[in-house]
Amino acid sequence: MAILSKEEAKKILEKVVGYSKADGIEAGLNGNDGGNIRYARNSVSTAGEDSNVSLSVSVNFGKKSGAASINEFDDASLEKVVRRAEELAKLAPENPEFMDPLGPQTYGPEAKTFIESTAKITPEYRAQAAADSINPASKKDITAAGYLEDNRGFNAQMNSKGLFTYNQATGVNFTVTMRTNDGTGSGWVARNFNDVTKLNTAEASQIAIEKALQSRNAKAIEPGKYTVILEPNAAADLLGLMLNFNARQADEGRSFLSKKGGGTKLGEKLVDERVNIYTDPWNEEVPVANQAGGLPRKRMDLIKGGVVSNLFYDRYWAQQKGVEPTPFPGNRIMEGGNASIEDMIKDTKKGVLVTRFWYIRAVDPQTLLYTGLTRDGTFYIENGKIKHPIKNFRFNESPIIMLNNLETLGKQMRVASGGGPGGGGSALVPAMKIRDFTFTSLSDAV
Amino acid sequence: MKRRDFVQLSGLGLGGLMLPVSLFGNPVSAEALLEVPLTNTQKKSLADVALNTAKAGGATYADVRIGRYLNQFISTREKRVQGITSTESFGVGIRVIAKGTWGFAATNEVTTDGIKKATERALAIAKANSKFQKEPVKLAPVPAYGEVVWNTPIVKNAFEVPVSEKADLLLAANAAALSNGASFVNSNLFQVNEQKYFASTDGSYIDQDIHRIWPTFTVSVTDRASGKFKSRDAMSAPMGLGYEYMIPKAEDKLQTPMGMVLYRNSYDMIEDAATAAKQAREMISAKSVEPGKYDLVLEPNHLGLTIHESVGHPLELDRILGYEANYAGTSFASIEKLKSGNFNYGSKQVNIFADKTQPGSLGAVGYDDEGVKCKRWDLIKDGVLVNFQAIRDQVHMLGQNESHGCCYAQGWNDVQFQRMPNVSLAPGKEPYSAAQMIKDVEKGIYIAGRGSYSIDQQRYNFQFGGTVFYEIKNGEVVGMLNDVAYQSNTQEFWNSCVKICDEKDYRMFGSFFDGKGQPSQVSAVSHGSSTSRFNGVNVINTGRTI
Repeated sequence: MAILSKEEAKKILEKVVGYSKADGIEAGLNGNDGGNIRYARNSVSTAGEDSNVSLSVSVNFGKKSGAASINEFDDASLEKVVRRAEELAKLAPENPEFMDPLGPQTYGPEAKTFIESTAKITPEYRAQAAADSINPASKKDITAAGYLEDNRGFNAQMNSKGLFTYNQATGVNFTVTMRTNDGTGSGWVARNFNDVTKLNTAEASQIAIEKALQSRNAKAIEPGKYTVILEPNAAADLLGLMLNFNARQADEGRSFLSKKGGGTKLGEKLVDERVNIYTDPWNEEVPVANQAGGLPRKRMDLIKGGVVSNLFYDRYWAQQKGVEPTPFPGNRIMEGGNASIEDMIKDTKKGVLVTRFWYIRAVDPQTLLYTGLTRDGTFYIENGKIKHPIKNFRFNESPIIMLNNLETLGKQMRVASGGGPGGGGSALVPAMKIRDFTFTSLSDAV
Repeated sequence: MKRRDFVQLSGLGLGGLMLPVSLFGNPVSAEALLEVPLTNTQKKSLADVALNTAKAGGATYADVRIGRYLNQFISTREKRVQGITSTESFGVGIRVIAKGTWGFAATNEVTTDGIKKATERALAIAKANSKFQKEPVKLAPVPAYGEVVWNTPIVKNAFEVPVSEKADLLLAANAAALSNGASFVNSNLFQVNEQKYFASTDGSYIDQDIHRIWPTFTVSVTDRASGKFKSRDAMSAPMGLGYEYMIPKAEDKLQTPMGMVLYRNSYDMIEDAATAAKQAREMISAKSVEPGKYDLVLEPNHLGLTIHESVGHPLELDRILGYEANYAGTSFASIEKLKSGNFNYGSKQVNIFADKTQPGSLGAVGYDDEGVKCKRWDLIKDGVLVNFQAIRDQVHMLGQNESHGCCYAQGWNDVQFQRMPNVSLAPGKEPYSAAQMIKDVEKGIYIAGRGSYSIDQQRYNFQFGGTVFYEIKNGEVVGMLNDVAYQSNTQEFWNSCVKICDEKDYRMFGSFFDGKGQPSQVSAVSHGSSTSRFNGVNVINTGRTI
């Protein structure tokens, strides 16, 4: 029941919209079949599956709106949920920013977000994937702790203006932390795909095992400004934090994109001119739905040649400002280069290789300053070679400053960027070499 | 729901955002929250279906939680109500031990048939996973409590207060902020009611009705000429109280030398919003901190988060054992350090205790989510590490045979596991006020309210910001500071604690969304303390230019 076909979804939504006596109605169906397995101490700790489908309905009388939802689909339940939303709408205070439902739109082709093999993952597959990760660890005096999560989901929406959309997506996300049993070494790896046939937990686990072994007995080096080589996951964590290009916040003067004296930084150079960041629902590595909230998605530049190219306008703010509304991007893609991590190490006289960051938190929204720490594989580079593992650092850095200090762009990799394993919340980000990255203190954590 | 999601939902500039349904439950009318779907007699007979099915299917232990989780969230911005969402989530979760292995399944079909099927699924999962089990699950004993009831001792049920009255209070707070110079203000009120029925094959049938409330706001001031913007969050705390928290009482107010009022067991949202606007305006032109060593005077609504991150989390036994290694991390606090009996976590002044019974706290319940009666126990005594936090299936690894009673699941469809109890710093025994403490400091910074926080995966190195910072020179508060964060190491920091104010200054900080586990679950927890002084802490300047 959790995954409805386009026809099944349409049939239910047509009934729901038909029941409404309000000025406008928007109805959405969401379903998900998911599974997971978690292991620690070289043993499976929990495993589970969940399945859920629900219908949410939002109606309006003028600028008063109400919402309700239900997970039963007989005719009486469908009518009940519409009536409940209508009752709530009548009691609600008027919202001057309420927007009427969106009319029918023209969309580009469907992106390849659904992969059959991922949709068919079984508990046995998950158990084997965990075993492929645990077994090589146990053989090397290493303890594995990992998590594999997969899902298959759909969403459909229809409104009283005749808009209808339907999309299905699959996704799988795998992470594992390998720790040496003497407690002095730790390595980590992550994989994120919408096609599970690309996932090999044994291959990925081997990388984390190697990092754990190589990171044993790390030496302390002085905090300060260093050239860093950020693996794609580390780079993506900081990059993701600067891509909230909310137009309203910028216009209101409370964003890093607000300008001194008023106005926004739209059209201004923000970072190094080699930085190109865009969203594209049809990218083959990170495909996402061809619409968001009914608005057609298209390829859109966020930063082109280092210049802020677009801000995000919701429908209300777009109307206020007399511009087109922006569909919320489902993916983020940063153009990369050809350099491998090994190439970048070879070209580095003194520097630090970072596997991943941890516990990143905002320090100052004005400058987008963030703090956090390196984790699970941090190495010192000297004269083109990895010299030795180093103790973890705390950093205080702004992704804006980071992208102004760009040295080299490496190869791109698909990474999870917030949210679940599904197509949304994934990004395609290159490894990058950055000069003068600010490490402010040392951590004893392994 | 993660803290970050909450910040996104309640935060700035997200006008018109609808609360995603899946985060809490299904939206219902406010009136529906007061309905009682099942009597205790009905719940008991449904619970017995699960327990009997489990035993017949070979389980050596089973527990069942029939849960109804209610939330109401009101959000406003300046002069308008952005959203009023009431949600309900109702279902049953069944956990079994079969072949020495845990199995768990949940269903929203709270019927004999639905419960039977879910129990069978839990049994099948336990049996399948037993292939990977290295050691059979060992449970610490727990008494059979029979049929018992526990309710949060609230004075006024927040769900019975009309939505319009609550929305009006938020709008009044917004108006106070705007008339005192705020450019923008977002305010929110969260209300939670967990109706939980627990039963186990150990012979307990426990019915609990738990309430929590959290009013909060963010006041922002923008200065177009300089391009600067500053925000000040509410000095409220999420509490395990009813709507009585929203009705200010004079005896709960604490005056500070800076003119700001701080709050104990009731909150004056309108007064605090007015102060917030004035403080945010002052921040625009406040001095940027000179980095260096300072004596820090930390107010409870700030210190609570430092306690949470640097004491609460590292003393969770499941982290120490490695169960969280791939996500939240492990801990510097090892079983060896505990057993040594002489690990100096902090100075002699530092006494930190865990307590699931503190009235008004977020963690207060009668029994935990595996039917263990809640209690108070010491974690750090006179500066020395003396215990951890552990539940039934892990406490034996400490050589103890009684669970600490700190097991929790965020919903009926989540499996319960070890969660942080309220972890609090005991007040100083000598009479000593925050004003006196400030007078005794030569070069220091007073920090109030929560701010930016980050700590490593073994809980050594941390960096904390705050909501407001005041410079102290020769015993006097000389003005506000900007760009302050302190960096320290857990053991070094707690050993630099030289003075703790008395119980008159004792208050609770709280977090509604403490995240842990994969898939991630949240839990609500409080941390009590009195204003405390830490000498010679490293302060950095976080100001930058982009």
